[in-house]
Amino acid sequence: MVVKVYGATYAACPQRVMACLFELGFQFDLIKIDLQSGEQKQPQNLLRQPFGQVPSIEDGDFKLFESRAIIRYYSAKSASQGGTNLLGETLEDRALVDQWMEVKVNNYNPMIYTMVLQLVVLPQQGQVGDMELVRDCKGKLEKVLDVYEERLSKSKYLGGERFTIADLTHLPNTRFLMEEGGMEDLIKRRKNLHNWWLDISSRPSWLKVMDLPK
Amino acid sequence: MAIKVHGSPVSPAAKRVLLSLAEKQLDYEFVLVDLATGQQKKQPFLSLNPFGQVPGFEDGDLKLFESRAITRYIAHAYADKGTPLISEDPKKMAIIGVWMEVESQRFDAAGQKLSFEILVKPMKGLTTDDAAVEQLQGQLAAVLDVYEARLGKSKYLGGEEFSLADLHHVPIIANLMKTKVKAVFDARPAVSAWAAALLARPAWLKINAA
Repeated sequence: MVVKVYGATYAACPQRVMACLFELGFQFDLIKIDLQSGEQKQPQNLLRQPFGQVPSIEDGDFKLFESRAIIRYYSAKSASQGGTNLLGETLEDRALVDQWMEVKVNNYNPMIYTMVLQLVVLPQQGQVGDMELVRDCKGKLEKVLDVYEERLSKSKYLGGERFTIADLTHLPNTRFLMEEGGMEDLIKRRKNLHNWWLDISSRPSWLKVMDLPK
Repeated sequence: MAIKVHGSPVSPAAKRVLLSLAEKQLDYEFVLVDLATGQQKKQPFLSLNPFGQVPGFEDGDLKLFESRAITRYIAHAYADKGTPLISEDPKKMAIIGVWMEVESQRFDAAGQKLSFEILVKPMKGLTTDDAAVEQLQGQLAAVLDVYEARLGKSKYLGGEEFSLADLHHVPIIANLMKTKVKAVFDARPAVSAWAAALLARPAWLKINAA
């Protein structure tokens, strides 16, 4: 059965799901939701995702939303079938993976979201972004990335010595930071962080996501 | 004692962990971290959480931070003790996972900030931003509308059983019920009943009695 992924190739959360499905070798069809015209808020999509966002998936009768819940489900499925394990071997390994998944949500994302809003979304709507706020976020993000740099000086990947969903989950927002965000210096100035980024962003699964037509 | 929680009794994130330990009927040592003096931003706490936030957690040699990673670990490591907080069935666990994300991304985004504006700021001698409270209440109301529909079809958020998806909400709900935001919950019958049931759980009463 081919999984249906509802979303867009250029949106971060669907990208997270697609990268994971490519990593695990689960086939999927992307069903495009037109975010520019607000299709995600239409009744049809609200049935799939009650908050009016993307992505959501349909796997036969089974439906899910929230990108991290989706990648956890497929990662657990793959590991339990003896396939690629992106979660971690032991309970303790998995706990560390969960820890860094949470760090991304609580310490990393809030800065990125604020910067996306000020640097991309508001200007697109003809408004001026708050550059003071962007500078403030950048300052906070510097401190967060110092913690990442320290972690990656002791461990090849965030969860340990193997690539897991803790690393994968960072791909879309970090790409944004370095490209539209214009803040590649934040990553490049930190040796271990930069090497980690070069490693994870050159994985075939991510290159496939980047190659998908917009 | 093998399990230690480093935190503060006023921290909702620390309470999230304490509640899961209480649901599991596990013994633990509570190590007080004095937030008023910024103890969480200094060593030795920083070696437990380099982001300088409570809680920190130890189980023997395992050290963790991030409350929702800690509760997941407790739920899996002690699956056979006390209240089940997760499901072994992959599809049921995935649905629980959906609502754990919703709590973390959407409920907490509004709820935690409301709790901070209304309850924490005055304690620090700062003024509550009434405009922000209005906006955040609106945001919370929109999320609780989705919860109302969900809880009309399902006893708990993740399914028919209590799980981490519900548990993660409890500390912030408890805080908000002490404020005018209670009205947002009261206006939605299924949400109101669910919230009342959560706050009446023996494990929650136990950790607040201490």
